[in-house]
Amino acid sequence: MATASQAGDGKVFPTAAAALAGIARDGMSIMSGGFGLCGIPEHLIAALRELGVKGLTVISNNAGIDELGLGQLLKSHQIAKMISSYVGENKEFERQYLHGELEIEFNPQGTLAERIRAGGAGIYGFYTRTGAGTQVAEGKETRLVDGESWVLETGLTADLAIVKAWKGDREGNLVYRKTARNFNPVMATAGRVTIAEVEQLVEIGELEPDMIHTPGIFVQRIVQGLNYRKPIEQRTVRKRGSHGVVA
Amino acid sequence: MAWSREQLAERAAREMRDGFYVNLGIGIPTLVGNYIPPGMKVLLQSENGMLGMGPFPYEGDEDPDLINAGKQTITELPISSYFSSADSFGMIRGGHINLSVLGGMEVSERGDLANWMVPGKVVKGMGGAMDLVAGVRRVIVLMEHVARDGSPKFKAACELPLTGAGVVDMLITDLAVFNRKDRHSGFDLIELAPGVTEAQVRAKSTAKFGSALS
Repeated sequence: MATASQAGDGKVFPTAAAALAGIARDGMSIMSGGFGLCGIPEHLIAALRELGVKGLTVISNNAGIDELGLGQLLKSHQIAKMISSYVGENKEFERQYLHGELEIEFNPQGTLAERIRAGGAGIYGFYTRTGAGTQVAEGKETRLVDGESWVLETGLTADLAIVKAWKGDREGNLVYRKTARNFNPVMATAGRVTIAEVEQLVEIGELEPDMIHTPGIFVQRIVQGLNYRKPIEQRTVRKRGSHGVVA
Repeated sequence: MAWSREQLAERAAREMRDGFYVNLGIGIPTLVGNYIPPGMKVLLQSENGMLGMGPFPYEGDEDPDLINAGKQTITELPISSYFSSADSFGMIRGGHINLSVLGGMEVSERGDLANWMVPGKVVKGMGGAMDLVAGVRRVIVLMEHVARDGSPKFKAACELPLTGAGVVDMLITDLAVFNRKDRHSGFDLIELAPGVTEAQVRAKSTAKFGSALS
């Protein structure tokens, strides 16, 4: 039984581990927000690592890099299957995949995002031109409309969604920051349970209602993370005084 | 003499038009942004959820919450906006982006593109490439005309797994530029790199194409 200090105060939990208590289990499916290492729920991933739950199906655009992000769960062999669009920059991933220890399902990035959006919105599936005439369409229903081929893709939900936001209030209303938004808002809608970690947990009324990206109805548990690491994958800069036009 | 990477990028930039929303792929396509004519309003889209991508930050100003699709640190502009991955690909799939510039491993005479599975290497995934070629109104591919072993990359048919079927509108290689009227037409050779002949380009291609050069 959870002690009083470990139980939630409404939706608010004191630690990532406490927020996962009673929810995380072997063999579950987990959506994990982020693009590369940007906007990943780093404390909830670390807590899953500590809990040691195994045989996970993880739905995430990327798979982290060695030692960072979901790379931690790969290293500890907790992931049985990944559904992702791109998994480069991860040697341990490559090794496990080549040894048949890890299953991978590649989805085009937009199809992955839309499958999650559809799942969260109660839509069975949708037809898209993405992947028509490619390996992605193999084994899927396709429909020819006005000479164009459309592929049926199905909605995607998960037992648990873990997301990262910049600010959140006690109701679970969330605001993301810059490109750390990415997959987090759609994943928040598609978890049977969604746990959000935030850099700043604020009181109800402090967030401008018009500025909320994820309404609290989608968030069952919320935890404030401390000492964010926020690693940068590709540090690209220009010299002061230069006038680089574009990144 | 074959065009350099920078010249390929510069040539692709000439396809930009005022008011365009453009998505640039990783590698040489990223360089295209450096050749947007001054005074032309072009907004670069980054599929991880940003419109109006700015330049790399000054040293010390890097923000881990602000990266492009290549995971590089970037900056925002006064005109920038942020959105979710679902909205981003809604923009892409919905035909709201005017131009996409991508790299290629093979392009077929029918406009098929293969660029996501490297032969003999572990598959890393297609990322957003399949959505971009399926949804963006005009797709330009930049690539070397031949592979390292000298074999043609502009082919009668792609041998590598496809990223999209019949999706390429323009092909710019280090030797020549090919364009087609619409996605039901074949390609026409429209430009040659300095000192390169049509015969040389044909000898290094297995694709059939017309010629708009006289």
